[in-house]
This record gives sequence, C-alpha cells and structure tokens, in this order.
Amino acid sequence: MTELMSNDELVQLLTPEGERIAHHEYGSSLGGDDILGFYRDMFIVRRLCNESTSLQRQGQLALWAPVLGQEAAQIGAGRALAPMDFTFPSYREHGIAWCRGVPPEDMLRIFRAVTNGGWDPVKYRHALPTVVLGNQALHAVGYAMGVQRDGAEEAVMTFFGDGASSQGDVLESFVWAASFNAPVVFFCQNNQWGISTPSTLQSKVPLYRRAQGFGFEGIRVDGNDVLAVYEVTKRALEHARAGGGPTLIEAHTYRMGAHTTSDDPTRYRVDAEVEVWKHRDPLERTKALLVREYAVKSAVFSEIALEADDMAAKLRDDVLAMGRPDPLSMFDNVYAAPHPLIDEGRREMIELGVAEGAR
Amino acid sequence: MTTTTMTMAKALNEGLRRAMERNAKVLLMGEDIGKLGGVFRITDGLQKDFGEDRVIDSPLAESAIVGTAVGLAIRGYRTVCEIQFDGFVYPAFDQIVSQVAKLRKRSEGSYTMGLVIRLPFQGGIGAIEHHSESPEAYFAHTAGLRVVSCSTPNDAYWMIQQSIEHDDPIIFCEPKSRYWERGEVDLENPPHGLFDAVVRREGNDVTVIGYGASVKTMLRAAETAATEGVSLEVIDARSVAPLDLGPMVASVKKTGRFVAVQEAPHMASIGSELVAELTERCFYSLRAPGLRVSGYHVPYPPSRIEDEYRPSVDRILDAVDRVMGFES
Repeated sequence: MTELMSNDELVQLLTPEGERIAHHEYGSSLGGDDILGFYRDMFIVRRLCNESTSLQRQGQLALWAPVLGQEAAQIGAGRALAPMDFTFPSYREHGIAWCRGVPPEDMLRIFRAVTNGGWDPVKYRHALPTVVLGNQALHAVGYAMGVQRDGAEEAVMTFFGDGASSQGDVLESFVWAASFNAPVVFFCQNNQWGISTPSTLQSKVPLYRRAQGFGFEGIRVDGNDVLAVYEVTKRALEHARAGGGPTLIEAHTYRMGAHTTSDDPTRYRVDAEVEVWKHRDPLERTKALLVREYAVKSAVFSEIALEADDMAAKLRDDVLAMGRPDPLSMFDNVYAAPHPLIDEGRREMIELGVAEGAR
Repeated sequence: MTTTTMTMAKALNEGLRRAMERNAKVLLMGEDIGKLGGVFRITDGLQKDFGEDRVIDSPLAESAIVGTAVGLAIRGYRTVCEIQFDGFVYPAFDQIVSQVAKLRKRSEGSYTMGLVIRLPFQGGIGAIEHHSESPEAYFAHTAGLRVVSCSTPNDAYWMIQQSIEHDDPIIFCEPKSRYWERGEVDLENPPHGLFDAVVRREGNDVTVIGYGASVKTMLRAAETAATEGVSLEVIDARSVAPLDLGPMVASVKKTGRFVAVQEAPHMASIGSELVAELTERCFYSLRAPGLRVSGYHVPYPPSRIEDEYRPSVDRILDAVDRVMGFES
C-alpha cells in the first residue's frame, strides 16, 4: 500500500471528512458558490466518466481511460487556469478538458476510434492528448518559451502521471524549464499506479522533491482536496505568469478505477487499499463541506444530478451518432502542401471503390 | 544575376540569416550553436546578430530540442533545430515520429508543424563512430515528414530558406563532407523548387541517381565513364521524401538502365525505393535491372576504412558495368 512518508508535507485545506484545516501558507479564497461550482464540475466529470465506461462495456467505445477518483485534482487545477493559458494533457485529463470547454462528445471521439484527435486544440487552448508518455511536457515548455518571446502574461500547464515521471522527456522538460525559466506548471497526478506499476517503483523519493534537484519549487498537495489543489495551482500559475519560472505540483491522489477499460486491477492491487481511498473521496468531502458550512440543500444536489444525467444522455446520443468516417479522410491534413504519395493513395482508394458512397 | 562564390557551410549560414531577417518568428535552437557557431560553424555569428532569444544555445538533450520546437510551432514560431551529428538524432526519434509527423493530421490542420531539423549526415570526414551515419530512410518512411538533402552551395542557400518557409516539418540532411567545398550561389533567384529532382549531367547510357555527398562522386564517375565511352546521366534527387520521380522516369525511359547511389545500407533504403518505383514505372523501357550502390550492412566502420564502405567512383563504375553487361 502506498502511503505518504511521515516527514513529507501535503497541502490540505479540507480533511476527508470535509472539515477545514488551517495551513500555514495557503488559505482558501473560495466562496460557497465557487465551491458548489467545483462540486458540480466534479460531479459532471464523474458522470461523464461512468457513462463512458458503460459505453465502452456496451461496445460503443474502443477504450476508455477512467478519471474516477482524480476529479478534485483536475477540477482544482483546471479552474485555476486563466482563459489565455494553454494546457498540454495526457490521455486521462477529461476534467481539464471539461474546464477548458471541450465538448464531452469531442473528448470521446478518439475513444470511439473515429479520429486520432477530437477537438481544435487552438480554439480551446487545450492540446490534443499525448498517448506516448511524457512527450507533452516538452511541448508545454516549448510553448512557454514562445510565450516568453511574445512577452505575454500567460502560463502553460502540462499534465502527466507518476508513471510518466520516469520518462526522459519529462526530466528533459524539467531541465529546459529551469534553464530558460519557462512559465510552465508541471502538474503530476500521482495516482499511485501506472497500470500495474506502483509509484514506489517510479521513484524512491516523493516525486515533488525532484523539482529541487532541477532548481525550482516542488509542492505536494492533497489531490483529492479541490480547495487545496485550486490554491496551490493558482499560485503556481501566477508565479509562472509573473516570470518566476516553473513549479512542479504533485497531486497525491488515487486511480479508483482501472488504468483503462482493458485493465484488470484486481490482479495487482488489494481491495483494502481501494477501501482506504474510498474514504478520501473528493466529491464526498466537498459535499460535506457544502452541507455543513453553506447549508446547501439536497434539492441543489438533485439538480446537479439531473443536469449530469442530461449531459450523459446527450453524450450517449452524440457518441452513437458518430459513424464511421469516410475512409478517404485519412488522406486529409497529413501534409500542408500536396504530396505525391497522398495523391497516389487517395487515387487508388477511389479506383478500388472503397470510399464512402462507392459501396 | 548576382552570384557569389562561397562554401556550403557559408551558404547555409547566409540562408539562415536571410530567413531570420525575413521572419521574426524564425528561431534557431541546438547545442553549441551560439557563441561557438555550431561544431561546423553553420550558425557562426548569428547569435551575435539576432540575440540569445532567437539563436538558442540549448542544454544537451536532443529529444528536448525537437520536443520544445513542437511547442514553439504550436505557438507560431518556426524553429530550425540543429542536431549536432546524424548519430545523435535517435534520442529525438520519438518526438519526430510520434509528434512532429502526426500532429498536423491529429489536429486536422489546426497545428502547423513548421519546423526544420538540420542533420549533418553521411560520412567522409574521418570521424569517430556516431558521426557519419545516413539515417534518412527512417524519416522517409514516416508519413507526415519530408526529407531533403542539398549537394551544392547554391542548393544549400536556397533549400534551407525554402524549408523554413514550408508549412510541413522537414528533415534537412546536410552532407557534412561537402561543407567546405565552394560553389556559385545565386543570391536572387532559387534554382529549383524544394522537392525537385535535377539532372546534373546529361547522358544516354545509364541513369545514376543519388543525393547529398554522393552527387559529386556520381559526377566524377560520369567523367571517368565518359573517357571509356559510356555516357552517364546524373540525377540529384534533392528531395528524398517525397521522391520527384518525373525526371527520373523520363531519364530511365531514355537510358533503359539505372543505378541508385547512397551511403546508407541498401536494406529498406531510398535506393530500394528508387528501384521499386522505377521498375514499376519504366518496366518496358528497362534493359537491365536497377542496381544499388550502398553502404554495406554493417555498423558504420571506423573511419580509417570508411572509403571502402562509402560508394566510390570505382563502385559506381562497377555497377554501371554490370547494368551495361545486361545488354540483350
């Protein structure tokens, strides 16, 4: 079982029971409406995730990567972003995509296997997910170097997990970010497992401590505490925008579900561990706070549940309506300019009559 | 026509300078390219004139050079990455193949991967290992990339500028053994399009096709062959991917025989592709099978014996003799 080392601090503003606790450096700037908004986000993203898992089980998606259990890490981080910031995600960042305004159906296109993309990354200022672990961290730093050259007050945030933290690209991105003082925030969701590989095999020291060796601040936050994640991320983004350089945030969280719908976590982890983390559920503690401190009525939660159901129903309809793409579309946008092999392939496909409409 | 004589190294330097003057979004990034001017001095003086923000001395990590150039491209910059030597490109292979090549398609045209990866390639400079390789086929194989190679100072000057202006990612292969050879450079008009194959010497008996450093070797072979009464048509492919097959097909239909020359081993190589394409397109004109003159299927040898590995005039002429010997 993965546990914190006793001498490693974890920024936490809300206990698993939903009680506020004081932190010497961070306090919550959020009002009741903000917290309720975050709860709504988390609830909807969980609903989106569960609907997607069902769709996969029903044969409507090729794969799904559940975000279950990591909602606070993603909503806290995602809501700390400013509109002009740019994000570079891995493949599990459905909560970040939600915060960036990516329509849920667009998030599922890649899992429906009708595209290798899904949304316009420039429009939403949210890059396409990177499946090769860690590649995106370098893209984020490069983008941040562009922000610096433009003299813009924007921050860049990239997301990866404890597994990807072992990748050379992530470590090279730390070097680059430090050397060039790039306005980037590295947001590592340590969900304890890289498929079956425990985070203890990825690192012999807590991941956030790695930043120190590269020359910038690392901080560990309770990734299931949306209040703490928001404050820590907000400060790191402001630090970046103000020219202070990079920060590594390690959000200590847990992947409650499987790595993907192709995975079977019962083969490598014990139920007792999952039970421990169930008591740290990010939604439950936020709800407890809302009820206790802001007297949010059950009708409000029912409304959110209805809204989530509507979203899920629409998502299901949208996914089922996603048909097979025109095979000829595979030749589009491979190159910016004409290319003889693209022309040749397209011509051959048309001649063979396999293109849509020719069947 | 304003022409001037300069080395290929200087022509590349001048081409980069012009591209940077023309477009403030053009950046250079690589190891030792600033104060030192690069190990081959291709970027000599550019950091002094354009500043450290545009000519970026990078930490020593090739994947990061390319990976950050991807992020810069998304931000609208055009980065010319210098990979110090061919054999050092492999740490960046993942970024090039998984990201650079695919992101335009994945974003359905939203991203423009306008970046150039400069690669001093091929051997012939007496270097130690990892400094003389010909990795062009790895990149030619990957959809989304384009691969070009210059063989003269004039091409170097223009092709680097054309590559920087192009909206697709370009692997720009520089024949390092020719860096110090001089030639005429036309400062006003580009001689050809970036992806055009060019007939360097006309002939009637055998078409010889190659690129980079091999072009000069092929021209020498043609001189020698001419003294023996055999007329070689020499084609500089210039663009390795895509191949400009038009001029090659026209030539092979005329000569009926061809030889492909490259320093890379022939297994799954550009030469193999040339043999396949030209056989398919010129089948009824061929009087002999196309042959390849290549490096051997061994790791690049210690440079004391590299002349026996690289295609030489003698080896090209031997292949020419063999295709001539197929006369029916």
